[in-house]
Amino acid sequence: MSSVKDWAAPNPITENRGGLIGKGVDRYEGKLKVTGTAPYAYEVEPPSPPAYGYLVTAPIARGRIARIDAAVAEASPGVHFVWTHHNVPAQASRGSRANPRSQRASNPALVGDRIEYFGQSVAFVVADTFENARAAANLVEVEYAAEPAVVDFAASLDQADQPPGEEDVHIGDFPGAYGSAPVTVDETYVSPVQNHVQMEPVATLAWWDGDKVTVHTSIQMVKGGQHALAETLAIPGDRVHLLTRYIGGGFGGKGQPYDDLILAALGARELGRPVKIAYTRQQMFHGTIHRPAVIMRVRLGAEPDGRLTAFAVEATTHCARNAIFTEHAANFSRNLYAAPNRLTGHRLVKMDLPGAGPMRAPGEAPGMLSLECAMDELAEKLGMDPIELRIRNEPDVDPETGKPFSIRQLVQCLTEGAQRFAWDRRNPKPGQVRDGRWLVGMGMACAIRGNFLLPAKAGVRIDADGTITLRQGMTDIGTGTYTILAQITAETLGVSLDKVKVEIGDSEFPPAPGSGGQFGAATAGSAAYEAGMNLRKALTELAVGDPNSPLYGGPAEYVTFENGLIGIENRTEALAALVARAAPEGVYVEGSISPAADARDYSQHTYGAHFAEVGVDTVTGEVRMRKMFGVFAAGRILNAKTAKSQITGGMIWGVGTALTEGNAVDPRYGSFINQDMAGYLVPSHADIVDLDAIFLDEADDKANPMGIKGVGELGICGAGAAVANAIYNAVGVRLRDYPMTPDKVLAGMIAKGL
Amino acid sequence: MRPFTYERAADALSAVKAVASTPGAKFLAGGTNLLDLMKLDIERPTHLVDVGRLPLAGIESADGGVRLGGAATNSQVAADATVRALYPVLVQAIVSGGSGQLRNKATVGGNLLQRTRCAYFYDTTKPCNKRQPGSGCGALGGLNRNSAIFGASDHCIATHPSDMAVALAALGASVETLSPDGSSRTLAVQDLHRLPGDTPQIETDLVPGELITAVILPPPPKGGQAYAKVRDRASYAGGLASVAVAGGQVAFGAVAHKAWRAEKTEAALAAGASPAEAVEAELADARANGRNAFKIDVIRRLTVATLAEQGRGA
Ligand SMILES: Cc1cc2nc3c(=O)[nH]c(=O)nc-3n(C[C@H](O)[C@H](O)[C@H](O)COP(=O)(O)OP(=O)(O)OC[C@H]3O[C@@H](n4cnc5c(N)ncnc54)[C@H](O)[C@@H]3O)c2cc1C
Ligand code: SF4
Repeated sequence: MSSVKDWAAPNPITENRGGLIGKGVDRYEGKLKVTGTAPYAYEVEPPSPPAYGYLVTAPIARGRIARIDAAVAEASPGVHFVWTHHNVPAQASRGSRANPRSQRASNPALVGDRIEYFGQSVAFVVADTFENARAAANLVEVEYAAEPAVVDFAASLDQADQPPGEEDVHIGDFPGAYGSAPVTVDETYVSPVQNHVQMEPVATLAWWDGDKVTVHTSIQMVKGGQHALAETLAIPGDRVHLLTRYIGGGFGGKGQPYDDLILAALGARELGRPVKIAYTRQQMFHGTIHRPAVIMRVRLGAEPDGRLTAFAVEATTHCARNAIFTEHAANFSRNLYAAPNRLTGHRLVKMDLPGAGPMRAPGEAPGMLSLECAMDELAEKLGMDPIELRIRNEPDVDPETGKPFSIRQLVQCLTEGAQRFAWDRRNPKPGQVRDGRWLVGMGMACAIRGNFLLPAKAGVRIDADGTITLRQGMTDIGTGTYTILAQITAETLGVSLDKVKVEIGDSEFPPAPGSGGQFGAATAGSAAYEAGMNLRKALTELAVGDPNSPLYGGPAEYVTFENGLIGIENRTEALAALVARAAPEGVYVEGSISPAADARDYSQHTYGAHFAEVGVDTVTGEVRMRKMFGVFAAGRILNAKTAKSQITGGMIWGVGTALTEGNAVDPRYGSFINQDMAGYLVPSHADIVDLDAIFLDEADDKANPMGIKGVGELGICGAGAAVANAIYNAVGVRLRDYPMTPDKVLAGMIAKGL
Repeated sequence: MRPFTYERAADALSAVKAVASTPGAKFLAGGTNLLDLMKLDIERPTHLVDVGRLPLAGIESADGGVRLGGAATNSQVAADATVRALYPVLVQAIVSGGSGQLRNKATVGGNLLQRTRCAYFYDTTKPCNKRQPGSGCGALGGLNRNSAIFGASDHCIATHPSDMAVALAALGASVETLSPDGSSRTLAVQDLHRLPGDTPQIETDLVPGELITAVILPPPPKGGQAYAKVRDRASYAGGLASVAVAGGQVAFGAVAHKAWRAEKTEAALAAGASPAEAVEAELADARANGRNAFKIDVIRRLTVATLAEQGRGA
């Protein structure tokens, strides 16, 4: 196994002779997307005209299907068939795994009469047109025997348990230290359910050739989808060809397969023709996972000089009864601030709601909404600037594990950001800055998010015309993966970008773990880099061993790859010429990356600082952004444009989290109130004015050979808290219940006599 | 969506006759509300008569006021020079609604007759007296932050979501219609919609097949005009509450089953009351339904502020 020390030597990426690394090059697939010619799963042209599927879903949270009758629907125009739990084809039982190496287990659809959540699929209609399928779906008659359901989180906290296999982390003596701390904060913060609301819903198109099924689907993890389908259908994995070339947003919500994948494949087998299905916007809200609500109690004890002596972050959250998932909202706090006496932990309530699961920065995104406000509250009690409070609690080593940091530039983010944002304009006393009807305030918060490297492979080939093609079972969920893989490959091999093709999203390509946990660029990119290095070796051997090459005889150790040329000392040859002559059928090699054995000897994270300025309408309680700025340290940046787009996208999500986004359960029905994008409000353009971010120079040589880290999730971490703190600074109303909609802000203002 | 037939009307009268003579028929204008509701199986017309291309899109000056064709789009109205000069409150109200794309399709008639945004009306698994008479009201006792504070009933607490209608009500505009018998009538905008009572499914006083051919704007009242809308996000969001002021005429939006002309406020203002006193006169009739109590505060504060600002602008 490798060591992080192996990554310290200079390499083509860190040397960056072609200058492609870090450059803000345009998206590889951008033109296809903006011209509407990138085929998403539902739009792929199948080999013959498809039939259309549509789901019928349950209107109760828990119970049983007492009677289901599809006769009228079956007789409806254009209908091919209707499946219910009575006649759906056999599937492997839920959770079973015929192949122990499958990354996902069987995930059957429509089996059994049990209803476990509102919106669960109960019937599947396939017809000749989408409209006919939808019309028939309304004609399926279902009677339910409803049973009492646990759906009200706030009313079910007495059922909260320790998540399976987890224990609270106690360090030092928190109760003692807290009890004797001269300055304390003890507050509870609440964040609601959030939905991913990806622009593209989950969708699958499937067809069969003999005993092999091809599925075009919208999923973040290629292997997970392939294996889940194979397990469910009880067929070998290699009989599933899964493609996911363009994905209209994932955010974690497409990290797992849904019924569309299984039913499209089964339906196509039944009909002997392609079948496709997409969830409706309404079905997305209940039929896919959500970020659970979180209640967080934060207790801080500090000395008058701001040093934290006692630190406790405790999160209570919820998940579906049969799909255990913990939103680890307290985890981030284990690595953020120094404090000798610590308590962190989680509690989980199992409920009869749709599945809770990962959503952009799971853990940090809701978690930081609490601590980063509590720190603001503590700063005020201490009469200290909130940036200074953080700097006073900056640890030398990881505050929980004592491990050294790989690199940590949090303080630099804070000070650089304070300067650029002109934080010194802020009046620490709330409610002082007027602009007509508005009161204006500023707030800040820190950002932290872990960095990860997973095992991955990649394949790269060069053809006789000099075209280099990178192939990987990786996905691009809109983050820029295509583009950075092209940059890495081009830079590694010393060619221009137009010589590189990137093909991803295919289960028959060398596997990568997909998009999630902001590990994508580092993981897939490092494998692409290793594949590129292996191709350099192969081409060097080819040239040095070819009497017709000017490079014949070497010495191989001096080889260079630049400007499309392979060179040794003063002799060079075009790559295309070499391949055309010496390997006219092309050269293909693979490369792989795996975590270094000693990588976990370091505390490794990405960091940032958010600064927000808001106006609060003193008449109505409406909050409007005026400015937002972030400074981030996240390793070497591969592409200035796509990285910034990721980071600012996260910050915008933070604005939504603070001001508008969220769902609520109607406890009478166990369903979410917002089921479309007119009700579930993400920020509109008008909500985002003057928002910008920069990255600090950084390379983390403990992360991977390229020194890069993830940026996909960092931007949302802490962003909402900065906005909440700005609201407080504007009007002196401390809300601890997200999102901070006008009704809540106004109630706070009225209570203060404003 | 259920199967339906479609025709493009040749002229207004044949459109009216076609709808009146076909059970379950409806007019189709921009389709931005009707088609969405059909996809959700909430509206189930058997036949659509497209009035979008009738010559009803004109905007003409008339008797010191303006006549807006029933099929004029929201964007056209908001961009019209005369409308902009005479009725800034109407322009502000229209552009505060929906998005640019929606306003390009939405029409005068369709906007007035758009249906509520009550979440329980949209979720067909929930009881809703408006969608399914007699099934109950899901919003009562539910997550009803955006429900009515004026004129609601035990059967329905929904609000009418139009911004345009609020400005029209404040301006004292009226609706001109064409009936199946060929007769035409006008009725005041605030009389177009009914309160829910025990028949929330019946939303207007129009008879089946009656077509909105125009909205008549009287000459603008003396005094300033302003539209103020409170919403969760800066754009592209329905109102939580809104206030339209035109001289001494005041209407509230997103607080009732119709645009709510605040006649008691107007009377108090006319009698010399302060804005604060005048708004209390109206709010004496307001009733909260749980989560919407904040609307009373919003209307109180927003009306006072808007009247004050309009006073300065006058
Ligand atoms: C996401 C979203 C956000 C929105 N936000 C807002 C907002 O903030 N503020 C706001 O005011 N509105 C908003 N709207 C609503 C929008 O303004 C309406 O959908 C639009 O005005 C309807 O006009 P239309 O011409 O498309 O009507 P259609 O959908 O064609 O018709 C609506 C109804 O009116 C009837 N009808 C149409 N024309 C006539 C006529 N001439 N005579 C008689 N009956 C007729 C139809 O039969 C139908 O019942 C929003 C809509 C959406 C989808
Ligand atoms: S308020 Fe009206 S529209 Fe909403 S659920 Fe009740 S009856 Fe239906």
